[in-house]
Amino acid sequence: MIQNLLRVEKFVDSPIETLHVTREFRNQPTFDVDSIFSTHKPHISVRNLNVYLTKNHILKNVSLDIPDKAITCIIGPSGCGKTTLLKTFNRLLQNSIDVKIEGDVLVDGENIHGKDVEIESIRKKMGLLSQRPCPLPMSIFDNIAYGPRIHGVRNKKSLNVIVEKRLKEAGLWDEVKDRLKSPANSLSIGQQQRLCLARGLAVEPAIILGDEATSALDPISSKKIEELFLKLKDQYSIVLVTHTLRQARRIADYVIFMYLGEVVEAGTASEIFSNPKEKLTKEYLDGYFS
Amino acid sequence: MMAATLIIVGSLFMIIATIIKRGLPAMSWDMISKIPGGGFYIGKEGGLLNAIVGSFYIVIGSISLGLLFSLPIVLYINLYLPEKSRLAQFTRLSFDVLFGIPSIVYGAFGFTIMVYLGLRSSLLAGILTVTILIIPILIRSIDEVVRRVPKEMKDAALSLGATQSETIRVILRQVAPGIITAILLSVGRGIGDAASVLFTAGYTDSIPTSLSQPVATLPLAIFFQLSSPIAEVQNRAYAAALILTLIVLILSLAGRYYSRKFSKNKI
Repeated sequence: MIQNLLRVEKFVDSPIETLHVTREFRNQPTFDVDSIFSTHKPHISVRNLNVYLTKNHILKNVSLDIPDKAITCIIGPSGCGKTTLLKTFNRLLQNSIDVKIEGDVLVDGENIHGKDVEIESIRKKMGLLSQRPCPLPMSIFDNIAYGPRIHGVRNKKSLNVIVEKRLKEAGLWDEVKDRLKSPANSLSIGQQQRLCLARGLAVEPAIILGDEATSALDPISSKKIEELFLKLKDQYSIVLVTHTLRQARRIADYVIFMYLGEVVEAGTASEIFSNPKEKLTKEYLDGYFS
Repeated sequence: MMAATLIIVGSLFMIIATIIKRGLPAMSWDMISKIPGGGFYIGKEGGLLNAIVGSFYIVIGSISLGLLFSLPIVLYINLYLPEKSRLAQFTRLSFDVLFGIPSIVYGAFGFTIMVYLGLRSSLLAGILTVTILIIPILIRSIDEVVRRVPKEMKDAALSLGATQSETIRVILRQVAPGIITAILLSVGRGIGDAASVLFTAGYTDSIPTSLSQPVATLPLAIFFQLSSPIAEVQNRAYAAALILTLIVLILSLAGRYYSRKFSKNKI
């Protein structure tokens, strides 16, 4: 796949051409037959993405695909643009000032930076789990019900059903079913993270984005979250930014290695971990730098 | 250190003791339920209801008006401007400076504008001046709590598909206890301030029925009666002080209670 990406880069000279080439490129059989994309179609496709934050070039000509219904781990040293990449997926980045985004991000084939795109509907497609769990200042029940409510679900009965279903999905129901009315902050941090997952699932996304979602948690809580990801990957496309290589080894189906704002290598977990093609990837995996 | 503490705590008690000792004998039901009758200022019948009600009018008016300006300002500098924006920093600095300006300056400023516009001292002018006095307090204390809202909370609401205004509602809910504390703090400052209302609100024995009428306030009731040569009237000044102190005490206790209750529940 990486050769393919490099091939695109060779074509590209100017931004206008970029758009053109991208479209053409998308119609070609893009991937090797043995790659993950023979069984999972790309859910998010990024083409020639450049992101500048306060004039710093954060993402440099990034092109990649995120497979559907699989766990994709984005790995790489701190400051390599992993989180920025994740935030371009649900357009959270545009709230930062002095940001310039060039290139295409296609979700289900639709360019999310297009003019007619409704930003809320893009965000609704993706549940976000941040590094530190951040419950909304309301009860456990209202946290889960918040998303459905703002999207128009008012019926008490339907809300009850949604809350129970999502809490069960996030493996939290048995722990909180007797205290749905208590403030969400009263939960332990591990429970809070599962609550945030349930809250995200309640808006019925197709993609789950995790920004180092387990790094603030204790080992047992992180294990629970990892197990949840493994359970949920049949229904959702999961994209995780992670610092923990061991975590990526445990749960990833597809791995993207980034360094200094560029994608160095992308491939199935087995390819990347057992047989990395790039020297840089190998050095990172061997712990020469982090 | 201990001596310093004792002196300060001791003088606080002495102030309260003086107010109670001199004010309590002059206190009566009439004092808080009647407006001044004829001859009130030479020690005859009547009460301070005009000043109590006037103070509340001024404070309620200026808090409402103050919030109307402070909340948008705080939300703007925190949510719309970038983190290290010069404008935000400059705004904060300006309000820090305004915070330190003595209230008599605000009073004089309000008076100058009134004269310029040809207005008489009135409830409206009083409310406006006190509003300018408390806006820096409101803004600085609400700003402190809004700044502490984690960025993730905004992202969390947005990523669920919330619009900007829905996100702001979530943030307001998070900072609600802080806003209540800020309000009580400004009420305490606004209700006790004499200098800002001295020229602007005037003084009257009746309760105003419109915004253009002058209005009495408790601090001015204290000020005027204390300057009377008649001992009974002077004692009434202490009674007014007692009422004012009680109001401020109740408000600050309520403020503490609410902020503790909220921080426990973290709503």
